[in-house]
Amino acid sequence: MRHWNRIVCKFGLVALFILFFTSYGYCADDTQRGQLIAQEMDQRDQGWKNCSVTVFMTLGNAHGETSRRELRSYFLEVNETGAGDQGLIVFDSPKDISGTALLSHSIIQGPDKQWLYLPALKRVKRISSSNKSGPFVGSEFSYEDLLPQNIEKFDYKWIKDETVDGLDCFVVERYPVYESSGYSKQVVWIDKVEYRPMKIDFYDRKNSLLKTLIYSNYHNYLDEIWRASTLTMANLQTKKTTLLEFDRYIFRGDLDSGSFSPDRLKRIR
Amino acid sequence: MNRFLFLSLLFLSFYSPVLAENESLTYSGYISAETRFFSGETSYSSQDNVSLSPSIAIEPELVWEQKNGSNRMVIRPFLRFDNDDDNRSHFDIREFKWLHSEENWDVVAGVDQISWGVAESHHLVDIINQTDLVEDIDREDKLGQQLINLNLYGQRGILGLFVLPGFREQTFPDNQARLRGGYPIDEKNATYDSGAKEKHVDLAVRWKQSFGIWDFGIYHFYGTSRNPTFIPQLNNFGEVSLVPHYDLIHQTGLDLQMTSDRLLLKLEAFYRAGHGDPFLASVWGLEYTFFQFQESQADLGILAEYHNDKRNSEEAPYTSFDNDLFVGWRLALNDEKDTIIVGGPIIDLDHQTTFLFFEASRRITNSIKFEFEGRYFLNVSENDPAYGIRNEDFTTLRIVTYF
Repeated sequence: MRHWNRIVCKFGLVALFILFFTSYGYCADDTQRGQLIAQEMDQRDQGWKNCSVTVFMTLGNAHGETSRRELRSYFLEVNETGAGDQGLIVFDSPKDISGTALLSHSIIQGPDKQWLYLPALKRVKRISSSNKSGPFVGSEFSYEDLLPQNIEKFDYKWIKDETVDGLDCFVVERYPVYESSGYSKQVVWIDKVEYRPMKIDFYDRKNSLLKTLIYSNYHNYLDEIWRASTLTMANLQTKKTTLLEFDRYIFRGDLDSGSFSPDRLKRIR
Repeated sequence: MNRFLFLSLLFLSFYSPVLAENESLTYSGYISAETRFFSGETSYSSQDNVSLSPSIAIEPELVWEQKNGSNRMVIRPFLRFDNDDDNRSHFDIREFKWLHSEENWDVVAGVDQISWGVAESHHLVDIINQTDLVEDIDREDKLGQQLINLNLYGQRGILGLFVLPGFREQTFPDNQARLRGGYPIDEKNATYDSGAKEKHVDLAVRWKQSFGIWDFGIYHFYGTSRNPTFIPQLNNFGEVSLVPHYDLIHQTGLDLQMTSDRLLLKLEAFYRAGHGDPFLASVWGLEYTFFQFQESQADLGILAEYHNDKRNSEEAPYTSFDNDLFVGWRLALNDEKDTIIVGGPIIDLDHQTTFLFFEASRRITNSIKFEFEGRYFLNVSENDPAYGIRNEDFTTLRIVTYF
């Protein structure tokens, strides 16, 4: 019996060691795999230079009531080191906020820069960019969901492969490394052929599932850029939903860094 | 002139001109209906003791633009009918301008509105536009200013050059109106330092730049002071009235903001010469925002601003902000109705005169908004410029319809 015990013990110890090292190696491998998938996804979404699009936003609550917003989004690809992409959102409706503009310059290391133009006050305000997790105009999207996000703003980990709507997908978890995020993690389903996001589960800071975002109606622009025309965000805790419909995508248009300058924000229309 | 503009705007609003393919014409604006509730009795016998004072205003805006954005015309007139204050029933051209933009510069000619500064409780360094005081005593509403403005954009920030041909006098409530103050204002006989009077050409230059978390603007202004001094005079009826006098001033101003995480630090300051001895004035502010306050969707901002002004009130225009502290809040519920509630007291630290204000707004439908405003005077000292309006506490309810 003692002999057996010893063998079991030894075996157990060895097994533990093996388990520890393989699982450690396994982890590192998944992290690397996640990172590589994110890089490939990022690579494939480059070269669009700039982009403008009209967005219709429909907010719905648990009682079936809806309200609408219309806005224009502009994005600029920035290839300088240390600087991330830039984004500009201009409201057309509701009319009381028509002309209100939010400008964001993403910074890879450190807080982003943001400005708000309020047409009624004729004033451009530099604002805190810490409001990452706050709701964007009362919707289920938070600021961090809509403003430019760079690959460096997350750590990644591949979890598994899974099929979504008949498409083979990688399932990758990403963990925000920037401050003030409202999320502990996001689980992203990425299709294996085109590396497009198909679905994201958002987990709140307490690590419980908060929201699910579905990407649908993908279209291919310039033979290389894929964009979903419909985004549906469902908040599982409040039962509210927000639908985004994108119309009139223009890539490589005549936008330049001057179009994203805070100095010129008061000229925005 | 004004009537002509108004009629041409009316005409344009019903007339669709033929536009070239690269042009656009947009028409928007609002109509607002409001009523003010005055809770106290008037202080002066010539005032009508009105407690309910309705008013309507309209502000359409017409914008013609070339699609590439290089040329733009904006016409934005404003018209108000007030039931009780003849001076508040007024018409103004808020904007009537042509904008031409190039890669590194742009130029504006016409009537425009320019806003400078970072503080919330009082816009100390703001000087280009005259205050439309009849609109509201918070001095947020401005008259249009005729100008030519050239802006140069570069790596070193923006350099703005302003030529202001002509001056707008401050508006005042009429003699019978609520909020008129201790003495009637005889604004029709206003006097000037400059021989050119209201035709004096004022000049300003401003440089705006930002370094990391710091943003600042520095300017110099030479021209007619936007705030008048008042000269007491006996009118034909043997009553004392105040005649506005507009000095010529030199003013060098600074506005500065540090934006760091949830904290904003603000400074506005100017050095002014022209009303007797030169003096300094400043406002030092901080704003801290609790995003998703108490795990709700709401943001709560806490504001504190200290005002200091070294002017000699015998020589320079009155100011209420000589040694005052504002402590306030801004609560944004971040709901789909965009509900916002701001307010707080501005307290004079010398004699505790307190001006308390609240503002709340909420969207009702996609094109209608409801606004509530309260302005209350507490503990008003005889030494405070607000003494004349100590009994003029009022609450405004307003419905704004956008089109």
